[in-house]
Amino acid sequence: MANFPRRRALRRAERNPRRGSGVVSALLALGLGTFSACAPDDGIPRTASGHPDFNGIWAALGNAYWDVEPHMARPALAMREGPVVPVPANEVVALGAVGSVPSGQGVVVGGSIPYLPDALERRDENRERWLERDPEIRCYLPGVPRANYMHLPFQIFQSESKFFIAYEYAGAVRDIYLENPGPPQVDSWMGQSVGRWDEDTFVVTVNGFNGQTWFDRAGNHHSYRLVVTERWTMLGPDHLMYEATMEDPETFSEPWTIRLPLYRNVDPDARLGQFKCVPFVEELMYGHLRKNPIR
Amino acid sequence: MRFASRRRGPRGFPAVLLLGAGLGAASFAACDRTGGVPGRDGDRWIVPRTADGHPDLQGEWTNGTMTPLQRPEGEVLVLTAEEVAVREGRRREYIDDRSAPSDPDREAPPVGGDGSTGAAGGVGGYNYFWIDAGDRVAVFNGEPRSSLITRPADGRVPDLTPEGRRRRLQAYGRLAGEFDNPENRPIGERCILSFGSNAGPPMLPNYFYNNNYTIVQTSDHIMILTEMVHDVRIIRLGEPKPTAGDVRPWFGESWGHWAGDTLVVRTENLNPDQLAAYVYLFGPGSEKMTVTERFTRADEHTIHYGFTVEDPDTFIENWGGEVPFTRLDGQLYEYACHEGNYALSNVLSGARAQERAATPSSP
Repeated sequence: MANFPRRRALRRAERNPRRGSGVVSALLALGLGTFSACAPDDGIPRTASGHPDFNGIWAALGNAYWDVEPHMARPALAMREGPVVPVPANEVVALGAVGSVPSGQGVVVGGSIPYLPDALERRDENRERWLERDPEIRCYLPGVPRANYMHLPFQIFQSESKFFIAYEYAGAVRDIYLENPGPPQVDSWMGQSVGRWDEDTFVVTVNGFNGQTWFDRAGNHHSYRLVVTERWTMLGPDHLMYEATMEDPETFSEPWTIRLPLYRNVDPDARLGQFKCVPFVEELMYGHLRKNPIR
Repeated sequence: MRFASRRRGPRGFPAVLLLGAGLGAASFAACDRTGGVPGRDGDRWIVPRTADGHPDLQGEWTNGTMTPLQRPEGEVLVLTAEEVAVREGRRREYIDDRSAPSDPDREAPPVGGDGSTGAAGGVGGYNYFWIDAGDRVAVFNGEPRSSLITRPADGRVPDLTPEGRRRRLQAYGRLAGEFDNPENRPIGERCILSFGSNAGPPMLPNYFYNNNYTIVQTSDHIMILTEMVHDVRIIRLGEPKPTAGDVRPWFGESWGHWAGDTLVVRTENLNPDQLAAYVYLFGPGSEKMTVTERFTRADEHTIHYGFTVEDPDTFIENWGGEVPFTRLDGQLYEYACHEGNYALSNVLSGARAQERAATPSSP
């Protein structure tokens, strides 16, 4: 699925052979120098061995990090009953519009997550008790796929022997093994990632989760049995299509998929920021244990 | 459709398909190369190289060692084989002793602790099963070393300047009320940074556990992951372009370049809290501190790591050292410190409980 733009391009060429032959003539006229040593001249940067080169800083656009399902804008994530309509909860009312939730068309293929009944109930409860339960509020590691479409970017370091992702949020990391080390030895927040190439798509299987991470700020959740299959496909030098399929028989009635483009930060001086948020939440988590509490 | 990149038209693929058969043989054969040089020529080890020709520093490494940062007074830098045998033998005995299974019927430690010291001491904390502090003397260039510091010649951190001494007093002043607030606790205990100066710079063993690293190398970056607290150093290669403004990230701002087969990394703009925490290791850094590091592949199993600390506001002279990084046969685990940091809340709530116990109950 993820390499559909390429397939579409091929289909277009089949439908319009004249366009293809024109391209051939033009390229022949330009000579062999038009081609890189390893790769089609499709504008996709490539490594020495010919794989797409994902090195760089990437980020999502849109509002999937608020809620991966389609949603309208709303005043806040934490709400309480008001005299006329629900209003922002006391804890967040001071944030005003900064704490409001922007609308989003969603990134779930088909629109909604196929929860089992109990899991759906838990999702709704998570939403009600968002302030207590969202791991992001406490600066906990975000898990996969959530890390890839948060409001903060990430940097890919790719070589012939390594594929590593450093996330700005919480300094989270993933070392995506190119050789399968076998089943994960311990459960973890970011899971164990094993990658392989399916032609030009980098396919990553992620498992070994501890079941404590979410998909977004809207309470969407999973169990420790989650297995994520990611497909990373470059669409051009500065865009890639990210797809992730979730399987978790304890939480979902069937596998489901998210799909969204990711964008390169094209600033030549771009660098990954540092969002080590642990000290930022100390007042929240430990403030009541101060010798002289200040709230 | 809306996802397709504007730069990608229908041109690329048909061109490849149509030309691939006729013209591709020579050019596509090049796709099979990895671009690098493997680290073997028959039985002989040679420096493995990446596609761009530089020594390949990648993989998993450890700098765990029992060799201390500073040399005990009266010792020389290079130890004899006998001295190494004695030290490693004693270390082994200690480890064996501390690794013995705990007696399930043992008494609780006495009030105030059992007198033992260190991270595993006092109240019957970790036994050695949980610790991997280093059980071998560091060997650098074939020399077993008595200290990691090699400059100045006595292997010790130089004296502090008057300004450095003033800053040290100021830093120790934070110890007053050490259980009062989370901010009074060490940054390692708060899960902000790796223990000691694991991630650095300078990158030093923590003499406790998990002195492990992953290095990933591209043509324009070196990424070093420290297992402890998943600290990531991102080192850009090329002509330094300092960030505008007074931006001081954890681990500072690092720029690297290749000097022949050695990666040279210079770091400045270190974070003020990190600089202050150095007081417990070697001295309170000033905001002028720079660290220069040198990474050289020495053999199949070793990177030679050298460092120089320059901070004339703190030390009366520059100083530095040498640390072997040894190939680690295994992968790093996730060290999700903050997510399970019961210690910090227990330390603080324990102090509050003590205060309540010491306060006479009101009638």
